[in-house]
Amino acid sequence: MAVTAVSGMGTRSTPRLRRLEDERWLAMALLFPTALLLGLFIAYPFIEGVLLALTNQRVGIPGKWVGLDNFIKVWNDSIFRTSVWNTFWYTGVTTVFKLALGLWLAMLLNRHFKGKAIVRAFILLPFIIPTVLSTFAWKWMFDPTFSVINWSLFHLGIITQRINWLGDPDLAMASIITVNIWRGVPFFAISLLAGLQTISPELNEAAAIDGGGPANATHLFATYAYQIGIGTGLLSEGAAISLAMFPFLFLIVVVQLLYIRRVETR
Amino acid sequence: MIEGALWRKWVFYNIPLILFVFVLLFPFYWMIITTFRPDGELYRPWNAANYMPFWTNNPTIEHIQYLFEETNFGRWMMNTMFIATVSTLISLFCGVLAGYALARLNFPYAGSLGTVIFITYLVPQTLLFIPLAQIIRNFELGDTPWSLILTYPTFLIPFCTWLMMGYFKAIPKELEECARIDGASRWKAMVYIIIPVAVPGILSSGIIAFTLSWNEFIYALVFLSSPDQKTVPVGVTSELIRGDVFFWGPLMAGALLGSIPVAIVYSFFVEHYVSGLTGSVKG
Repeated sequence: MAVTAVSGMGTRSTPRLRRLEDERWLAMALLFPTALLLGLFIAYPFIEGVLLALTNQRVGIPGKWVGLDNFIKVWNDSIFRTSVWNTFWYTGVTTVFKLALGLWLAMLLNRHFKGKAIVRAFILLPFIIPTVLSTFAWKWMFDPTFSVINWSLFHLGIITQRINWLGDPDLAMASIITVNIWRGVPFFAISLLAGLQTISPELNEAAAIDGGGPANATHLFATYAYQIGIGTGLLSEGAAISLAMFPFLFLIVVVQLLYIRRVETR
Repeated sequence: MIEGALWRKWVFYNIPLILFVFVLLFPFYWMIITTFRPDGELYRPWNAANYMPFWTNNPTIEHIQYLFEETNFGRWMMNTMFIATVSTLISLFCGVLAGYALARLNFPYAGSLGTVIFITYLVPQTLLFIPLAQIIRNFELGDTPWSLILTYPTFLIPFCTWLMMGYFKAIPKELEECARIDGASRWKAMVYIIIPVAVPGILSSGIIAFTLSWNEFIYALVFLSSPDQKTVPVGVTSELIRGDVFFWGPLMAGALLGSIPVAIVYSFFVEHYVSGLTGSVKG
């Protein structure tokens, strides 16, 4: 196939193709589609978002320049502070558990037994299934009246009263953490397993992007920013809230990049 | 095998492993059982007498029927499939080319460009969706699949690019040089020699990109509004929860059926998925 296609091209001497012999031109051409899409849909809205955070725009009302007012307001907002604290707490706890349980699971899988391939394939399901949908399954399992978890604990003789899993704030946080760990453990286990099985464990860049969980860190901020920005229409404040988490994310990125560099040069 | 070793194997390996598998898969079992359980059994309090939570003797497909007859579930599936496929293809096209350039070509600022692409992955979606909604409106793409097809690549391209960079770096330089000595241009060496070698990597990134776009929620929630344009995660959430009332039967049926396409794609390419995730593609 390749051979016929090569001869079919027959455009060897057009000036445009000759220009692609120069690595710099070729690189520019290859990076163009990426630069276009990322520029249009990330860089441009990002700058717009920053500018938006410096105004007092709401839905339907054009904003005026207010400088850092939104950030000061956000900083003094007790709900924001709670959500910062929750984010750190949540990310820290879930990461520790994912790592510990993931390592344990990886060790359990790191030997030969019948059906290993099937087990390995099935345990990743929590990670690949749409989070929104699996969260509903958990919400249904935690339902105050119809909880299957309550039923099981009751019949095992562990509890005598129903537990209102999502009604009590502390229990709700614990439940959310449980669901997040449930989703993350397979990923950690499979990644660690790959590390256990290869002779020189290499850190894959993409895995570092997706696994470490800056996306996780944004979770609670994100919920709050969404509520303010879309829920109540305070566009500029919503933008300020989501911008406020950028420095933290940036820190995580720097650490990850340094780590990748170190692994690569080793 | 000696007796002692056998019980030890059970206590330290088999039982923990069974527990892990049980906990990890139970929610899916619960989705399935709820999907086929009639409403009368579904809403029986947890401490009611004769309640059998783990099995039903009266399986029903009423919830699945409800899903297809009373909601646009079929449309949502088609929408999600279309959006996920096209945005994956776009991202693969961009990611493969960019990954090749960043990994194998010498040009000024190659390293910093790679870093910039990495950082774009971390710009929070929540910061972007408000200004993005404006852009989508200006292009008159609101409430169409294209609003998502064009925005999903913002998180898929960085991902594909980095995965492909790792993959391209692992292919020996000599392969290209041989082709060049045989008279192939740079461009042809890339298209006909290097990219075919990288097909496993392309498959890996494609599968992961597909699952990521199938699962996306925030943009789909913000950019789509009419019921027949929605994707599965958004449609199920917005149409099967009315106020405080959860329609648990259809909701679980929707969750189950909405998960099947990604599960199928995943099951066909498990090895590629796993290796893409963990970086062992570089073998």
